[in-house]
This record gives sequence, C-alpha cells and structure tokens, in this order.
Amino acid sequence: MSVQKPFLPPATPLKPRLRGLIIGASSGMGAALAHRLVREGYTLALVARRADLLNALCDEINKTSNERRVLSYVHDVTNYDEAPTLLRRIVSDLGGLDTVIFTAGVNYPPDPAKDNFDGDRQMLEVNLIGAFAWLNPIAEMFQSAKGGQIVGISSVAGDRGRVGNAGYNTSKAGLTTYLEALRNRLTRHGVNVLTVKPGFVKTDMLKAAVGPTPFAIPAEKAADDIYKAMRARKQQIYTPWFWRWLMFIIRNIPSVIFRRMDF
Amino acid sequence: MDTAMLPLSKFTSLENFGHSLRAPAYVFKPASADEISEVFQLAKKNGLTVTARGAGRSYNDASLNGGGIVLDLSAMNKIINWDPATGQVRAEPGVTLQQLWQSIEPEGWWPPVVSGTMFTTLGGCLGANIHGKNNFKMGPIGEHVLEFSAILPTGAEVTCSPKKNAVLFYAMISGLGMLGIFTSITMQMKRLHSGLLEVDARPVRNLHEHLTDLLDNAPNYDYIVGWLDATASGRSLGRGQIHAARYLHEGDDPELQKTMLLKNQVLPPRIFGVFPKSILHYFMSPFMNNLGTWGVNTGKYIASLPRHTFRESHAAFHFLLDYVPNWELSYGGDGLIQYQSFVPKENAEAAWTEMLRLSHKRGMPSYLGVTKRHRPDKFLLSHAVDGFSLAMDFKVTNSNRAKLSTMLQEFDRIVLDAGGRFYFAKNSETTPETTARFLGEETIAKFRKLKKRCDPHSILESDLYRRVFGGS
Repeated sequence: MSVQKPFLPPATPLKPRLRGLIIGASSGMGAALAHRLVREGYTLALVARRADLLNALCDEINKTSNERRVLSYVHDVTNYDEAPTLLRRIVSDLGGLDTVIFTAGVNYPPDPAKDNFDGDRQMLEVNLIGAFAWLNPIAEMFQSAKGGQIVGISSVAGDRGRVGNAGYNTSKAGLTTYLEALRNRLTRHGVNVLTVKPGFVKTDMLKAAVGPTPFAIPAEKAADDIYKAMRARKQQIYTPWFWRWLMFIIRNIPSVIFRRMDF
Repeated sequence: MDTAMLPLSKFTSLENFGHSLRAPAYVFKPASADEISEVFQLAKKNGLTVTARGAGRSYNDASLNGGGIVLDLSAMNKIINWDPATGQVRAEPGVTLQQLWQSIEPEGWWPPVVSGTMFTTLGGCLGANIHGKNNFKMGPIGEHVLEFSAILPTGAEVTCSPKKNAVLFYAMISGLGMLGIFTSITMQMKRLHSGLLEVDARPVRNLHEHLTDLLDNAPNYDYIVGWLDATASGRSLGRGQIHAARYLHEGDDPELQKTMLLKNQVLPPRIFGVFPKSILHYFMSPFMNNLGTWGVNTGKYIASLPRHTFRESHAAFHFLLDYVPNWELSYGGDGLIQYQSFVPKENAEAAWTEMLRLSHKRGMPSYLGVTKRHRPDKFLLSHAVDGFSLAMDFKVTNSNRAKLSTMLQEFDRIVLDAGGRFYFAKNSETTPETTARFLGEETIAKFRKLKKRCDPHSILESDLYRRVFGGS
C-alpha cells in the first residue's frame, strides 16, 4: 500500500489549526457544528452514514472556505469493528486530533400499538454502543497523548425515563453516564469531556417527533452554544440555557407525582 | 490496518523546541538498523508516513509527523569508535553534540562545527546540515563527514562519502531525513591546543558598521558572531556587539593541562555560585514584551560599549543557548518562532534595514537578533550564501499571530528579492512557493528524483516536508 495523505493546509505556529472529528455529521447539529468549527479555523474529518448528504456538505464547506478544510468518511457507526481502523486513518489524514464530537443519533418513537423492540435496539446500537465503539479508542489515544477534548451530544431526554420513548431516554441516559465515566477517567490526563444536553432542536429528528416540542431552536444556535462551551472547556451544558433549570425541576419531581403524569 | 502493531498507547504528543506546535504520533524507539527497517515495513503496510526525531530541538516541524510514525533515535546513541590519534569518530545518529564534545575534548579535540545548543543529535545536525559561528571558514557540518551509513525505506543499506555515492552524500546531508535514516556517521574532529578561545568583544553602532565588521574581520578569526539589538531604530538601527574568537596556538596556553579538563568546560549551574539557573526563565518572562526587551537590549548595548578581550572555554563560547536552561519557556504558553534569513553580502544591508524598519512600524520588534558570516556549500538543499544571516526570535501570542504572519510574508518577499535563502531547521512559515523560488526548480527536481529512487512509496515524510514541498 502506497502512502497517500490527502493534502490539507499545514498547521504552523502562526496559523495553528485545531483538528476535529465529527461522528454523525451529515445533517442537523453535526452539520451545523462542521460549518461553525471550520469558520473557527478547524480542519475536520466528517463521518456519516449517508454518503450523498455527507459529500454535498463537504463540497459546500470546501467551496466556501476556498481551500480543503474537511475530509469525508462514509461509515455506519453500528459497524463497530471499523471504528479503530478508521480512527487511525483519520488521525493520519488530519495530522493529529484535538477534538472529537460524537453526535450520531437516531430516534424511533414507538407506535403505542406495536412492539418497538427493533427501534429500541437500533437507538441503543447507534446512540450508545456506537459511542462506545468510537470513544473507547479515542479515550485511550487522548489519555496516552495527555490532551484532547471529547464532546458527546446527549439529550435532556436522558434525564428522566418518561412515558413515551423508553428506548431513546435509555440510550441518552446511558450516553450521559458513559460520558461522565470518561470524564472521571480522563480529566486527570488533561482531557476535557463535555456533555451536551440539547432541548428541542429543529432538525430532521424533530420532524419525526411525536407530541409537542416547545422552545425548539435552530441547529445553528445549538452549535453556537456548543462551540462556546468547548472553548471554555466546560463539563456539561444544556442548550438553550434555560433547560438547565427546567430539567432541574423535572429531575426533582417526586416519582409519586411523575408516574401519574402523561409527560 | 494492523491495529495490533499500532497500539493507541504508543500515541505521544510531540512538540517542537519553541513549544509553538503540537502533533501526536506513534513513537517507536529503534535500537538498530534492523528495527528501523521493521518500522518501514509496518508503515508501508498501514499506509502511514515516518519521520526521524533526535533530540527534538528544531524550532519548527522538522521532527514532527502528526498522525504518523516518529522514530525516536535517542536509543541509538553509542560512540562506536573514537581514535584520539587521528581525531576520527564514528557514532550512531542519536549521539548528541554534548556527548561528543565531552568524550573528545579532554583528549584535545573539538567538533569542527557545532550549533548554538549542545543538545542536538548528530543525525539531526546532518539532516539540517547545521552551521556554526565559523561557517565562513569551516562550512557546514557536512563538510567534515568522512562517511556515513544509512538505511533507505526500500530496506537497502547504503554507505556514502564525498567519493562513494557522492550524489546521495550531498543530498542526504541537508536532506531533512527524507531520503533515508543515518545509522552511523564518521567525522573528522578538530585539534585543540587549549581549552580556551581568545575572544574579542566590541560594539557596532549601526547595521552598516555591523556588517562591515563581520565582512572585514571574519578572515582574521576562527569564529565570528554578532548580537543585533533589533529594538534599536533610527541612526542606531542594527547596532549590537561582535564577538570574534581565535583558537589558541600551540604554546599559547600556559595552563593547558588545566583548561582542557572537562570540569572547566562545564557551564556553571548557578549564577554567582548561589542562584540556580534552572529557575532563571521565570524571572525573564516579565521582560518578554516590547518595553521590557527594549530596556534589556539597551542595557545590554551600553554594557557592551567597552571593547575588551578575554579567554573563554569552548563550551561557554559556543553553547550560549544552553546558558539559561529552558529559556524558551520565558516566551510564555504560545511559544516563540525564529525567522532566519541568509542574504548575499551586497544586498544584506538594504534588505535588513527594510525588515527591521517594518518590524518597528508594525510594533513587533524581534526580541533577539543574531548575525553570522557565511559562504556557499555544495549540498543539495543548501541554505548558505556568500553573505550574512540574521536570525530573529519573535514571541507568539494569540493576538499577534495574524499580524506576525503577514509581516513574515513580507520578509520572505524582501529576502527573495535580495537573492536570499532560508534554513529549513529554523523558519516555520516557509511556503512551497518560497521554497521553489530560493532553491530553484532544477534543485527541487533533482531532490524529487532522488526521493523517488530512495523512497518510492514516499514513506519518509515530516510535517516540515509536506509544508515546504507541498507533499509528495
């Protein structure tokens, strides 16, 4: 195999370039973050399942920035065995890795009349096991390199188990706990782990949602909040900010009341 | 990809010497040519590139290879053979200049060419083809290499000398480790008749006087170097101090036995016998701004006004950069960069006047300027000219990056228009366009042809190589 690295503009002391990886980049918050980070000077590797969307996004970004700033990799996060190999390829292509954003996620709200086992399993496989497949090797790499930043897009949905969508709630609760475990393991090695808990964000996923979706914000607004939290190396954020207080109340509703609510 | 052979736990974050770049890589520490060969195989199989790293003292990205493999050669640090009768030494590439001079000096020998720091390795010195304060007289280090062995990415082992495989000899020395990895180096050392040098120190009032002194007086000395106060402007632009030194001849040193002792060559760890130098860089940081440096430079210039002559040990004269340990940390978290230009003697004064003025106009004076006298050499990727070099250190901050980058691009244009050249071990912003202009298309074509022959799969690549040659 001949060595062929895609040519990206070099990082120099006066033109430093942070190198980022977004897993689940083709639409929604992933795509909005890709646009935002490139504007902030990053070079990026974008990983997504849907090749057409991914390539269109890459072309658009490279065209607007007048130079090659993003590389695309088609990959389904449930092909777990591919992750460690693809990670090495990406780190070589980018010339390093500073930040990883795991934003791959699916939501299959159950039809109350049917059994949702397939949907539940897929949500866990993508949202949670997919995160393990990628972030386990990344954690090892960052721990060894004594630096880096991991951003996981969880959800307010993971804060409580609710009536409507047990699979999604569970996948996001699991992701939140997994990120916390990574944080506790990696902070001492100089690695920052940021858990993002968005409320409702106007993405394709929201269109499929059942029931009311109050206070929905555009994906660009969420990306802005996330970028600011990344710069400040925060541990956890809600976006928009007031969900923090809303969820504080919701988390503290006693079970004796919560289990009687339709919410 | 062979994930078992490339464990993520081998991932190490590496930096340049100026702490202004960071790039993680799989670090392998080979102990022999065979082990280097194995790493080449592994790299080829996995589609990764390889870069050699010695002591990591390069100011830029010469020993970085982000996301690829870095061969840390510090374990290949044996002096294989030393003959004090002839002054010939054969050593592995990871041997540092410190190791080398400390082994040979007590027996009356000194490396013919050394850098401003003794922590560099021989492999790195040859890859960059370093020069010293005697470049006008002794040429670069490559001119003192009698022979070297190297392993190529094809697995072939080659031996080169100025007579045997001469083309490869003159290309691998100066070749930035992009053609092969040195496995042993044979060099001729220089005879000493004293542990001391006789040094003349004198002030120069402006750039014209400065360059005239270097030009006219170099032939009378063995070493010559100028300190340039880059903060001075107006009629004092380019002022500074010249240090010029001569070897002592046989019989000149009455205390020969004593001055040759290693302990009289060692840099003192404390100032005034009490103040540990290891913490000195903390006390320098508060002065690392425009005003503080102006004050320090002005004070230093005033102190340099009386002409004087003194005798100084070789180590103290040469390794000025090692005098304050970790001095580069005083530049703060974003580090420093060095910009060195080599300009023919006819054009240097005009070019540097323009550059120094520009740096004042932009409010970004260099905090340390050093001048030297040079002559051309035969090596393929040579940085030398019949003229002078000016090295300038700049502090990097978050707020000056864009401004500094623009200014250095203007510097590049001034230097190129003056027929100047650049040194790959120093500048960190040189572009492929600048490289093509000063090396010339013909030289680059020659280098690429050799690269194709020695490294057909382009396994040897550093961040520096990709930056200045635009990749393979």
